[in-house]
Amino acid sequence: MSNENPLRNEIVTEEKKTKKKKDSASTLGKSKTLLATPYGLWMAAFIIIPLILVLYYGLTDGNGNFTLDNLSLIANPINRKALWLSLKLSLISTAICLLLAYPLALVLKSMKLKDNSFIVMVVILPMWMNFLLRTIAWQNILEKNGVINTILEALHLPALNIINTPTAIVLGMVYNFLPFMILPIYNTLAKIDDNVINAARDLGANGWVTFKRVIFPLSMPGVISGITMVFVPSLTTFAISTILGGSKIVLIGNIIEQQFQKLGNWNTGSGLSIVLMIFILVSMTLVAKYDKDSEGTNAW
Amino acid sequence: MVNNKLIDLINISKSYNGNVIIDDLNLYVRENEFLTFLGPSGCGKTTTLRMIGGFETPDQGKIIFDGKDITKLPPNERQLNTVFQKYALFTHMTIAENIAFGLKIKKKSKAYIDDKIKYALKLVNLEDYGNRMPDSLSGGQQQRIAIARAIVNEPKVLLLDEPLGALDLKLRQDMQYELIRLKNELGITFIYVTHDQEEALTMSDTIMVMNKGYIQQIGTPEKIYNEPENAFVADFIGESNIIGATMVRDRLVNILGANFPCVDEGFGENKPVDVVIRPEDIDLVAPEDGIITGRVTSLIFKGVHYEMDVMANGYEWLVHSTDLSPVGSEVGLKVDPFDIQIMKKPESDDEEAVVNNEQ
Ligand SMILES: Nc1ncnc2c1ncn2[C@@H]1O[C@H](COP(=O)(O)OP(=O)(O)O)[C@@H](O)[C@H]1O
Ligand SMILES: [Mg+2]
Repeated sequence: MSNENPLRNEIVTEEKKTKKKKDSASTLGKSKTLLATPYGLWMAAFIIIPLILVLYYGLTDGNGNFTLDNLSLIANPINRKALWLSLKLSLISTAICLLLAYPLALVLKSMKLKDNSFIVMVVILPMWMNFLLRTIAWQNILEKNGVINTILEALHLPALNIINTPTAIVLGMVYNFLPFMILPIYNTLAKIDDNVINAARDLGANGWVTFKRVIFPLSMPGVISGITMVFVPSLTTFAISTILGGSKIVLIGNIIEQQFQKLGNWNTGSGLSIVLMIFILVSMTLVAKYDKDSEGTNAW
Repeated sequence: MVNNKLIDLINISKSYNGNVIIDDLNLYVRENEFLTFLGPSGCGKTTTLRMIGGFETPDQGKIIFDGKDITKLPPNERQLNTVFQKYALFTHMTIAENIAFGLKIKKKSKAYIDDKIKYALKLVNLEDYGNRMPDSLSGGQQQRIAIARAIVNEPKVLLLDEPLGALDLKLRQDMQYELIRLKNELGITFIYVTHDQEEALTMSDTIMVMNKGYIQQIGTPEKIYNEPENAFVADFIGESNIIGATMVRDRLVNILGANFPCVDEGFGENKPVDVVIRPEDIDLVAPEDGIITGRVTSLIFKGVHYEMDVMANGYEWLVHSTDLSPVGSEVGLKVDPFDIQIMKKPESDDEEAVVNNEQ
């Protein structure tokens, strides 16, 4: 008899709890809607309206008639090559960021700092300097007669020719976007209860199995948002490629920028932007889907 | 049933940042025993349990398990499993995957694992929950899954750290019986941590009462309750009257100026002692029949008995009685000799922990 009782009791209390939750949620809901209004207006002004404009220009010709020509311009060899290079460099940068950030986040977690704001500070600190300034600083470091080559020359070593190569662009991307990978991964890792890790050890898992089966899967949300936050700005950047790639290397971001700034062709620029957005949406969906799939089969 | 030593803690000490948490602790656990660490929060119960589980290494001393020194062995190489205070389930796995975790590491066959999952879920009364995620279960259910996840590995010893601490009273009581049933069915050793004296008295074969990192008393629940060795134990386990007194000679103690016959010997003559008298052991009699007399100052009906405060010889005695004496009435107090528990006054360093904790 006592075997069954606890179960029933629990189910009853559980139902009560959910009911309560719903009640408070609906009252909370109203005040939340009110609070969210300014944010909603802000979103409309600065996100929705530009998006509608991009869609409008991208799907019309100079006379305002509907057309898909702007989108198909991506098939143009120059544009296609730029998109392909952008994808390649962003993927490489994202992978490098992940490989650098994950171990660093693990180390930060193992330090068990009581105050997370310290870590946020250290990681964010370089960002207090303007993004363009930092990238230009790298240009000076990598230049033919830059800091690195001056040092190499003094040591009678052969000069490095990194500037204006894809390597320089990847370096710029990694340098600029690494914090966006570290922070979300560190956040999810820090949230993992020590006893969950202890439980894995207790059940016979050694350090590596504990990492593979428990720590890494639990940190996936952080990894995914890290990937998103590095991949998207890398794919759309034009500043990094302009500064560190010179005029030789053209990314899709540069092409779009040119359409808007130099050629004043809003229709083509918007059309290519839409294609880029579609690429981002598709790749993010793939990443999210991979995450779901791996969750279903995560245990061996 | 209870037989040889399975775990032996020898001269264990542990400190954190210079604060001594456990000081020279010696303890053994017998096979099949239900041993409970009982003590106030912060007294070092979890720390002791974590050293047995392998999550902390003692600064000094040895831990022997089944004849082997395991002091430095990592947790995954110890033949015991832990049920953690806040369940610590793997939230990214289903209930079945949680339970299978240890078995998969041991590379058991799929058929064996499936069997075990079914068996364990049945054992904890959650048969149909295998495909659910931990977050969709209530606290009590999650706790039972944590137990199931541990016991499928057939550990020799199960360590449980306040496993019922987060549950409400009714559920906690039901789960106490569940755990006793489980232990009997599995026939394994339980080391159980709680700060709830009732829980400890209900469930344990043996209780180790701790305070400030020192063992205060080890014994059966009856022994701990009826014959507390010091004021701390008496105070922590149940309600009691703890009074400073003088041992006049063997079998006679002077409490608040009145001589009470008792059964204790060997404390010397005219030596200061503490006496413990449980409220239910005090008989209320006519004033002329009492060893001392006093006046009832408060009265509360508690269902089974009345709880009364009686002011006598400058001390407010707590008395439980089924007979009612109204507030203000004069009563005599009498105590049977064997109901008076005499305790040595604390002298040495480790006994100091007792004194500091009295309010
Ligand atoms: N990792 C740690 N670092 C520093 N102090 C700790 C640590 N773990 C426990 N303590 C301290 O040790 C004492 C005993 O803790 P614990 O064993 O958890 O007590 P209990 O389980 O009896 O409540 C407490 O004062 C606690 O603050
Ligand atoms: Mg504890």
